[in-house]
Amino acid sequence: MNDLDNTIICRCSDVTLGDIRRLIAEGYTSFDEIKRITRCGMGPCQGKTCQQLIQREIAMATGQPIAALRDQTTRPPATGVRLELVAKEAYRDED
Amino acid sequence: MIKTELLIIGAGPAGLCAAISAAEAGTEVLVVERSPRIGGQLIKQTHMFFGSERQYASTRGIDIAGILMDKLTKYGDRVRILTETTVLGIYEDGMVTALHREDDYFKIRPNAIVVATGASEKALAFPNNDLPGIYGAGAVQTLMNVYGVKPGDRVLMVGAGNIGLIVSYQLMQAGVEVAAILDAAPKIGGYLVHAAKVRRMGVPIMTSHTVKAAMGKDSLEQVVICMVDDRFRPIEGTEQTIDCDVCCISVGLTPLGELLAMAGCEMKYIPQLSGTVPMRNADYQTTVPNIFAAGDVTGIEEASSAMVEGYLAGLCAAKHTGHTHTEYENKRADYIAQLSQLRGGPVGKRILDGIAQQLN
Repeated sequence: MNDLDNTIICRCSDVTLGDIRRLIAEGYTSFDEIKRITRCGMGPCQGKTCQQLIQREIAMATGQPIAALRDQTTRPPATGVRLELVAKEAYRDED
Repeated sequence: MIKTELLIIGAGPAGLCAAISAAEAGTEVLVVERSPRIGGQLIKQTHMFFGSERQYASTRGIDIAGILMDKLTKYGDRVRILTETTVLGIYEDGMVTALHREDDYFKIRPNAIVVATGASEKALAFPNNDLPGIYGAGAVQTLMNVYGVKPGDRVLMVGAGNIGLIVSYQLMQAGVEVAAILDAAPKIGGYLVHAAKVRRMGVPIMTSHTVKAAMGKDSLEQVVICMVDDRFRPIEGTEQTIDCDVCCISVGLTPLGELLAMAGCEMKYIPQLSGTVPMRNADYQTTVPNIFAAGDVTGIEEASSAMVEGYLAGLCAAKHTGHTHTEYENKRADYIAQLSQLRGGPVGKRILDGIAQQLN
């Protein structure tokens, strides 16, 4: 394996620097697009490791400052929760 | 569902001070903290703080957490604290959802919120960066100082900011050898007092150096380092191999603003504040009127400023819930003055440049 494919960018879903650079070269130049294809940012850490690394790669490849890039869209829940518990809470409200 | 006048998310230095300040003004407060212990990063700071006495200079971080907690218990029933509770979401209708441990999911309906969620450590991309033995420096500090676990025998520290320098010193206090401290920048980022202390103990601080690759079979055995030029590009032929079983990454923190972003607060990437931060006014109120923010989530600084920001945000959030402190104007002016004093130095200039882009 070469160095790029041995460099982990997303620890939650095992996405490598090689994967990210190939996608950027194919024209996926926003975090949300890369997220939909690779699942980076969708694991337990919700992008806390990978977002800053991926944004830097996009910025370098497209010649834009990081400030010009869009952050990923964040939505609840911020961490994993069992569906059973969500259902329980819904019933609790009806009582 | 729990109803509360003021919800404070995070019980680190900013959150605790916000709680003290709001409770003092007469507000009923609920503090929610993800970890089992109160104090945030303070509980692993075994070193004494700098700065002025008003922000507990010469006191160890862990003792500051105790002092703040004592102040808070004075308010009795007015303050509730839930530990091991993670806020999962802030919704547009103002509802908040939370998870206690892994088995109780519930809703909170607050009149106002102070988000004091702090920061996370930045990662570094290099080959084999997922080998066991490679940690964030903050994680190593937690292992060592909170849980009493020795992380390894010989450490390479990447980053000569204050965290990198302080954790190196604490590793040596714990009997761990520190092979070297690297920094890609041409000069040391942290305070020279800290740098001088580790230098005197024989640890080389190698500026303009970075990690090229990690090596090891099942866990970290060696790290290849190299020099970088003034644009941080590796210089061929300058590689050196360092034997170590732990590599600490200490390349800075970034604000943890995901709850603010999902609540609809206007956010902006500001490099001087180390990441994406909420737009805010002088009262630390975000663009969503009942949501305030304080501490590292509004921009990376030190625990001392996080505490003062917490006091200020708590005071102003209390006013928003209808509890105006009898000394509101004086206190507000005092906190603002303390913050400008803390930001008076050369590092403060960069912070102030960032804040100028953040204020609305």
